[in-house]
Amino acid sequence: MGMTIAEKIIARAAGVDTAKAGEIHVVTLDYMLSNDGTTHLTIDKYNNLKNPHIADPSRLVWVVDHNVPCDSVKTAQSQKKMRDFARERGIDFYEGEGICHQVMVEKYVRPGQLIFGADSHTCTYGCLGAFGTGVGCTDYLYAMVTGKSWVMVPETLRFNLTGTLRKGVTARDVILTIIGKIGANGANYKAMEFAGPGLAGLSVSDRFVLCNLAVEAGAKTGLMPVDEVTLEYLEAHGRKPLACYESDPDAEFAEVYDIDLSEIQPVVAKPHFVDNLALVSEVAGTKIHEAFLGSCSNGRLEDLRLGAEVIKGKKVAEGVRFLVVPASRDIYNQAAKEGILDTFMEAGAIVMNPNCSVCWGSCQGVIGEGEVLISTGTRNFKGRAGDRNSFVYLANAATVTASAVAGEIAEACF
Amino acid sequence: MEHFSGKIYTMGDDIDTDIIMPTEYLALPSVEDMKPYAFSPLRPELAGMLEPGDCIVAGKNFGCGSSREQAPEVIKALGIRCIVAKSFARIFFRNSINNGLLLIESDLIDHVQEGDVMDVEVGRQIRVNGATYPIADLPENLLEILDAGGLVPAMRKRNGLE
Repeated sequence: MGMTIAEKIIARAAGVDTAKAGEIHVVTLDYMLSNDGTTHLTIDKYNNLKNPHIADPSRLVWVVDHNVPCDSVKTAQSQKKMRDFARERGIDFYEGEGICHQVMVEKYVRPGQLIFGADSHTCTYGCLGAFGTGVGCTDYLYAMVTGKSWVMVPETLRFNLTGTLRKGVTARDVILTIIGKIGANGANYKAMEFAGPGLAGLSVSDRFVLCNLAVEAGAKTGLMPVDEVTLEYLEAHGRKPLACYESDPDAEFAEVYDIDLSEIQPVVAKPHFVDNLALVSEVAGTKIHEAFLGSCSNGRLEDLRLGAEVIKGKKVAEGVRFLVVPASRDIYNQAAKEGILDTFMEAGAIVMNPNCSVCWGSCQGVIGEGEVLISTGTRNFKGRAGDRNSFVYLANAATVTASAVAGEIAEACF
Repeated sequence: MEHFSGKIYTMGDDIDTDIIMPTEYLALPSVEDMKPYAFSPLRPELAGMLEPGDCIVAGKNFGCGSSREQAPEVIKALGIRCIVAKSFARIFFRNSINNGLLLIESDLIDHVQEGDVMDVEVGRQIRVNGATYPIADLPENLLEILDAGGLVPAMRKRNGLE
């Protein structure tokens, strides 16, 4: 019997020839990512160990991205703890550089790797053919101290992509449509593998959001085969693959879904669940108070370009705050060079430094009682972006920007 | 095998980690400080009502969302003895075991009401309102972690550091 991408990556990391869904393997981790959301807790737990020790500091990457710049004495202290610890032990450390997953994809991830991150959206790295998965800080601590962890090999849901996306429809609409179909726990404990001829037409940025939101269906990771698009991206970023995998023709999948990209429509996830799907046209006219274009899901150059195309020569609606937050310093710099940031500023948007922003409901742009946010962020849970009685709609960059201009949920016209 | 009784508090499907511990309180210095705010977006009064030994019984996908370990930590700090749900999100599952919080997969929520008292024989069955519901046995390595109170104390024990 052949193997899936997930089985091949875990077999490599475990140093064995084969791995099969359901087996538990002890694996050596290629990288361990942590951010300021929880690193202070990991450090506290580390300091309570009887024999604290780091297996290999060169495999740790720490990124301050959740509260940048920090917004209180408490966060300043927890970030100082993280900064001091990282410097003393030679751990790669970033602040102001961007959102951790964007930084990992730009600077570290290589096809074939197995990566743990103390953040649920670590499932993103499949966009470059690597197996990333989110863990809590105790699992992170164990991995940091031993260099290893245990994983259960997940079953794989395979999504065969065909066709191409229409203008104004993005990979975010594809993954929201899939989550709407299989449900918020439709991939629980499983890997979501995206493959098929439709993949070739998707950029690394598109692939990023497909894998990034896999966890919103409960998935352990999102995965993709490595192709020319992947290799070009790696080449441009000065890295080479560790191993390029695709699932064998006789690999066993728990379920196979066929997705025709040309049939996907612009959609939203309505409050308060990511699988609460509707067409944009079904909720058009809903009054909004804030719009957010950013996050690890959709704060990339392609998203900013799309938003700028929608808003150029127009103004943000009276009474609406429109936050634009590039996902990394590289993206910010490139957007500035292309005049995109000027376009947003001239339209009346608030352009901010790279960070997680209102996507995680802290630091910047939180919303008040009864307010409505339309967002390219990751989640729309009750209270996620602020007051417990506020409302978040998730949508693509074009819809978010068109809504910021209209003052109500609106479909972008191209 | 362990045996205990607890009062049931019921919850629905998809109880996410932002509901269990909202972002705005994550900067508080300790899990003890976070206790009053647990579940506050959904049921602000709940944390004040919970007593040590109480149990939560819920629907599918309990603990979905972020990897914040404060979610199972605060539930444990509130004295919740176990959570019974139709299914658990995977990061929350690992985090709970790693903190010594017992999770049981069962569709019990379809058969009980808030305030009922259930009797649990770990790895064997739950009895409530005169009916018996079988539950799965736990693998030995997970029991070892739960018995020790979490992954760190379990490793300490195993490495002879206790």
